[in-house]
Amino acid sequence: MTSLRSTTTSATPVAPTMTPAARGPARPLRSRVLGAVLKNGLLPLLLLAMVTVFAILEPRFLSVDNLTNVGRQSVYLLLITLAQMVLLLCAQLDLSVGATVALTSVVTAMVMSEASGPTPVVILLGVLAGIGIGVLMGLLNAFLVAQLKVPSFMATLGSTSIATGAALMLSKGAPVIGLPLPFLDVFGTGSWLGVPVPVAIAVLFTLVLYGVLYWTSFGRSLFAVGGNQHAAAVAGIRVKAVLVSAFVLCSVLTAIAGVLLTARVASGEATLGSSYVLLSIAAAVLGGTSLFGGEGRLGMVVLGVLFIGILSNGMNLVHVSSYVQQLVIGAVLVLAVAVDRVKATTQ
Amino acid sequence: MTAVAPTAEPGADPVPAALLQVESLGKSFPGVRALDDVDLDVSAGEVHVLLGENGAGKSTLIKILAGVQKATTGRVLVDGRDVEFDTPRQAKALGISTIFQEFSLVPTLTVAENLFLGHLPGTRGLVARHRLPALAREALARVEADIPPGAVVATLPRSAQQLVEIAKGLLGEARLLILDEPTASLGNRESQHLIELVRALAGQGLGIIYITHRLQEIPKVADRVTVLRDGRRIATLPVREAAEGRLVELMTGRSVEDLYPTRQCTPGPARLTVDGLTGPELRDVSIAVHAGEIVGIAGLLGSGKSAVGRSCFGLDPMRTGHVTVSGTPFPRPSPSGALRRGLVYYPSDRRRQGLALNQSLTANITLGSLSAAGAVRWGALNRRQERRVADEYVGRLSVRPSDPGRRTELFSGGNQQKALLARGLIRDAAVHVFDEPTVGIDIGAKADIYQLMADLAEAGKAVLLISSDLAEVLGMADRVYVMHEGQVVAHLIGEEITESAVLTHFFGTSETSTPLPGGASA
Repeated sequence: MTSLRSTTTSATPVAPTMTPAARGPARPLRSRVLGAVLKNGLLPLLLLAMVTVFAILEPRFLSVDNLTNVGRQSVYLLLITLAQMVLLLCAQLDLSVGATVALTSVVTAMVMSEASGPTPVVILLGVLAGIGIGVLMGLLNAFLVAQLKVPSFMATLGSTSIATGAALMLSKGAPVIGLPLPFLDVFGTGSWLGVPVPVAIAVLFTLVLYGVLYWTSFGRSLFAVGGNQHAAAVAGIRVKAVLVSAFVLCSVLTAIAGVLLTARVASGEATLGSSYVLLSIAAAVLGGTSLFGGEGRLGMVVLGVLFIGILSNGMNLVHVSSYVQQLVIGAVLVLAVAVDRVKATTQ
Repeated sequence: MTAVAPTAEPGADPVPAALLQVESLGKSFPGVRALDDVDLDVSAGEVHVLLGENGAGKSTLIKILAGVQKATTGRVLVDGRDVEFDTPRQAKALGISTIFQEFSLVPTLTVAENLFLGHLPGTRGLVARHRLPALAREALARVEADIPPGAVVATLPRSAQQLVEIAKGLLGEARLLILDEPTASLGNRESQHLIELVRALAGQGLGIIYITHRLQEIPKVADRVTVLRDGRRIATLPVREAAEGRLVELMTGRSVEDLYPTRQCTPGPARLTVDGLTGPELRDVSIAVHAGEIVGIAGLLGSGKSAVGRSCFGLDPMRTGHVTVSGTPFPRPSPSGALRRGLVYYPSDRRRQGLALNQSLTANITLGSLSAAGAVRWGALNRRQERRVADEYVGRLSVRPSDPGRRTELFSGGNQQKALLARGLIRDAAVHVFDEPTVGIDIGAKADIYQLMADLAEAGKAVLLISSDLAEVLGMADRVYVMHEGQVVAHLIGEEITESAVLTHFFGTSETSTPLPGGASA
């Protein structure tokens, strides 16, 4: 179609031969390491270093029991971080993940403790109610952001307060107890073929999300809306629909974490989950997800979650106080963002 | 316009050393030699145009002179003295002031605050606010700008911001002014004003390096022209030897004859009709584009010509009027609806409205066109097919480097524009609306894009070309609508399309529009 005109070089004084810059013999090891760091961030190296340090300090760290424990403890953060990542990819942010966990927990527990009928049905109702809370939270946030154009930072800060208030109101500030035992035994502490049930569920959702992000046109639209919302609109992407889907997907994943967490703590609590707001953003950013949208890799985000999970597990094992732990995690987050910025400016 | 050699005061210095001398400057990046043994000299009172395609080394050269980057080899002399500098502040201290395309103004501050940002008058951190307006007016007078010092920069038109930027650059002891495509985003009248200003500044003894892609400007502004290609200096010519054709040959290494492809126009049925369109920027606009023709819309900045394209595509609101695509009415235009009906719009601001720069070229090529590319079924992506289609268009449009996996921001403007075009071409739409398709891109890519438009028309597509580049409209269009203040003020067909005919209508000095073409046009 485009027949390029013959690129005959006309007679010009200087022959336009480009000499490729001298590359040097073989790239030295240092620059290859640097290249790998620039590509993947410092995270894999840090993770390796941290595992080594903990393994030396405390031999129990590498035991199967402890590693299983790390897995059990990390699944909630994993699900919520994946949720957060979906929004970060389209240049949004969800500060209400903690409150969504709390409200989901209270509603799930109340439905399960008050519904009557065969146990599986009761459990199903409770789970569906929890997921329903996720859908509602997602729609609320999406309405504020996509329709009313409230920045997601403010919108989800507001919905945090709404959901927390609702959770406290419904539970009257007390833990909701009386959950069916099979629910706790399966979804809280159960194992299936040696794999803890929550871990299996989280892995399943990770794989599903991987498929959605990289192998569907919806995934492409997410990246495009985050990369440049105007361009996505001009290209015919229905930006509003994408944003609504992203918010709902985020809150539903969070609600699932909330249901699992409720099974784990064996009651519905309005105080559950508040620490996940910071941790989920930290893990996603540690994993290289851009705060400005359109950039992030799922595999690296999973590493980011593992990093935080291992860090708190290891610090517990070597008896670092929880106060100091909080300080360390804050420092790690700030460092991660700083590294991300340096990386962006050197590219 | 003055086109004579430098007008430095004779007698002041018998053999005046050039204000700026650059000797065998080189700059290497890993894998690329961006600048290779380049010489350049600029005298006081001279306007020296720097010309070259994207990637020729112009940006690298001025970044070195601005102190943003450091040269790998070579030296820079100011007044014949060797100077070393590697920060913008040091460059500024030497009297070198650079105005990049991306402005350095803070949009939320006032003109006066912006002008003196970093060295506000006052003592010990207290700002002497009362002195600001007078100082600002003084600075603005140097660029002959009548802009209120208290105006917030974001509220000013681009052309006024440009003047503020230049006024800011002239503060202090600026002796060499570097302007990076100052007219790229200005209309004809603003550009003319800017060129006069540049000549006036040169008359005051400033040395000026002026970068432009608009060859028509050169006879009006330049004393000498230096052409760069592939990082090397190809030639330095006095302006009288710098005919347009010769410059293009030097820049591209190929002849200019067929920049605008010749073709036969055999119009078919109307594909896009706009009837009585009225909106915030438009009053009762009616146009038609037929299958197989290229129709131009010419007009000054703010004439509403861009709004016509945006309204048809649903990006601008429309109060009254009817849009019809391929014979079917299109009542409430939206981008997705337009694309479904076979209307593709290529936005003028490709960085803001066209591309997700932090993503791969492949993702941008197939953005919104995945199903048209056959790369999606039931929502599931076929990435191999996606890559195949991207590769195909990268080859067809000769995108360089031909690696669509690279991040889009790493491609030059012309190649980014081609990616945008590829996205529309995948859809095989009946109507193609181009809004300023060649702004800021080099001649080689321009020629490719013109050929592409001609091919589209030959293939029976309707092409609407909205452009501020008069030469492009004259060279490409079969019919031209001229717009002024939101209205169509002239409709020119075939032989009537001449530069003077279009220009007389630019300022609205005309009879009202010719009615819509009934049938075939010449």
